[in-house]
Amino acid sequence: MGTLELKDIHKSFGDVEVLKNIDLTVEEGEFIIFVGPSGCGKSTLLRIIAGLEDATSGDITIGGEVVNDRPPSKRGIAMVFQTYALYPHLTVRGNMSLGLKQDGAPKAEIKQRVEQACDMLSLDELIDRRPAEMSGGQRQRVAIGRAIVRKPKLFLFDEPLSNLDAALRVNTRLEIARLHRQLGATMVYVTHDQVEAMTLGDRIVVLNDTRVEQIGAPMELYNNPANIFVAGFIGSPKMNFIDAKLLGRDDATTIGIRPEHISLGGEGGDIEGTVSHIERLGGETNLYLECGDMGLISVRLFGAYDFNIDDKLSGKFEDGRAFKFDEAGMRII
Amino acid sequence: MSKATHSIPRSIAAHAVLSAYTILALFPVVVIVINSFKTRKAIFRHPLAFPDSESFSLIGYETVIKQGDLFLYFQNSLIVTVASLFFVLLFGAMAAFALAEYRFRGNTLMGLYLALGIMIPIRLGTVFILKIMVASGLVNTLTALVLIYTAQGLPLAVFILSEFMRQVSDDLKNAGRIDGLSEYRIFFVLVLPLVRPAMATVGVFTMIPIWNDLWFPLIIAPAEETKTITLGAQVFIGQFVTDWNAVLSALSLAIIPVMVLYLIFSRQLIRGITAGAVK
Repeated sequence: MGTLELKDIHKSFGDVEVLKNIDLTVEEGEFIIFVGPSGCGKSTLLRIIAGLEDATSGDITIGGEVVNDRPPSKRGIAMVFQTYALYPHLTVRGNMSLGLKQDGAPKAEIKQRVEQACDMLSLDELIDRRPAEMSGGQRQRVAIGRAIVRKPKLFLFDEPLSNLDAALRVNTRLEIARLHRQLGATMVYVTHDQVEAMTLGDRIVVLNDTRVEQIGAPMELYNNPANIFVAGFIGSPKMNFIDAKLLGRDDATTIGIRPEHISLGGEGGDIEGTVSHIERLGGETNLYLECGDMGLISVRLFGAYDFNIDDKLSGKFEDGRAFKFDEAGMRII
Repeated sequence: MSKATHSIPRSIAAHAVLSAYTILALFPVVVIVINSFKTRKAIFRHPLAFPDSESFSLIGYETVIKQGDLFLYFQNSLIVTVASLFFVLLFGAMAAFALAEYRFRGNTLMGLYLALGIMIPIRLGTVFILKIMVASGLVNTLTALVLIYTAQGLPLAVFILSEFMRQVSDDLKNAGRIDGLSEYRIFFVLVLPLVRPAMATVGVFTMIPIWNDLWFPLIIAPAEETKTITLGAQVFIGQFVTDWNAVLSALSLAIIPVMVLYLIFSRQLIRGITAGAVK
């Protein structure tokens, strides 16, 4: 039913290739995240799935039917946009019911579905307001409601939280996670924020420079990155990469170690350096150590610590937590 | 205004320049209007004086109104201006939407081609236009004028509107597509209201030259029943005797409709700006 299948999708604008060899199968009820740096083609891929953009070649299958030549409104999808994209001249009710009206649904059913969606998103009080009279968070809830009333086979989210402030972002993120559990619907979600990717997704598709770098569950990407790009992209602060020669190892070109997997003090440390910057976040402390040729190494400690700038410290990698990468940036296992 | 960004000498200088320009621009209009209320003698004796109890006279307006065709001239001008304006805005906005929204081969070239008319005055083609109109039997019809003015107004309309259409959020148009709206409904219902300020600007720039034009009515449609007001006012200008009272009164009257149209558009302009956009 709600499955999505991409087969060998290519997309180019003129001579510029934006996407190549994209293969992906999304199971019914799965929450899939497309994540990657800006310009990696993740939004284009979403727009291709929605039918707002044609793929140069390849097949898109939604719910078992090839939809390559179908207009967006006939694909059984609904989309939530970064800029909310509410119709400025319509009230909340009008915004939500427009799609159903176009489909020719009976009035009673439209009314019932709109009310149900408003209930779910606690929008009841806003139902007769226009977009200009609402805050950003409310508008994005209406946009999500507009998607829900269509009962689509597939929900598409295009960076829906990017325009919201930090507190609202967390709330709306929880709301989306709750909706996914409640509706059990298949969702594809594009973001450049790896926190959203880690917290929401069943599986994450990491895209970079026209290609899929790796597909996997959030913790799998964290624990088993396939290459240096995924290793660096997932996790915050970013993983440290150190030239293997500087560590006196010859079994790899680059060694990667996450900031949370370095412990300080003790004998026989792997690295030595002076503290150049300290970030105290209360629950955790981030240190930046200037380690000569190795460059700036970040260390993440849980709890509050009393270090000073220019303190000399040595750090030790936790056993089995260092990743090895070869010359091409691929992981050596 | 805050003191930090406000300096008195600078503000005086700015206002002096603006006032000077306003006086310069309004001077001919004021001269026409005040003289239209004076006797013929007073017009020539003190052209810059305001009408007083002695020189006040409505003889010009009486002549103009007695000359019954004036109402027809007004009607012709209004029909031509409103119809041309409608077509310029409709087709201009549609072309602009297509140029801004769709990727197709030759998009940029097409945009340049459509904007070329801004630089080439349409009057250069008068002879050919007249030949076409004669061949198609449209001489001495208002249709001919509407067609010419539509062609004349389109380049600027396409140029300005396509710039504005590009700024309308893609997400909004895509949301419409996903909800199953046709491209026409997306254009009329979602996009047009958002570019209303630009439409008002284009409307004003298109309307005034059409209303004021003497050239094409004189050449293409000089017949009695198709005369526009600017052409109609010329009946009072004779080779030997000119009825200045009537000419000035007719011109004063001709200002009124275009001013009303302008006020309508400028209100739209302000409303468009304050209505708030996507976010």
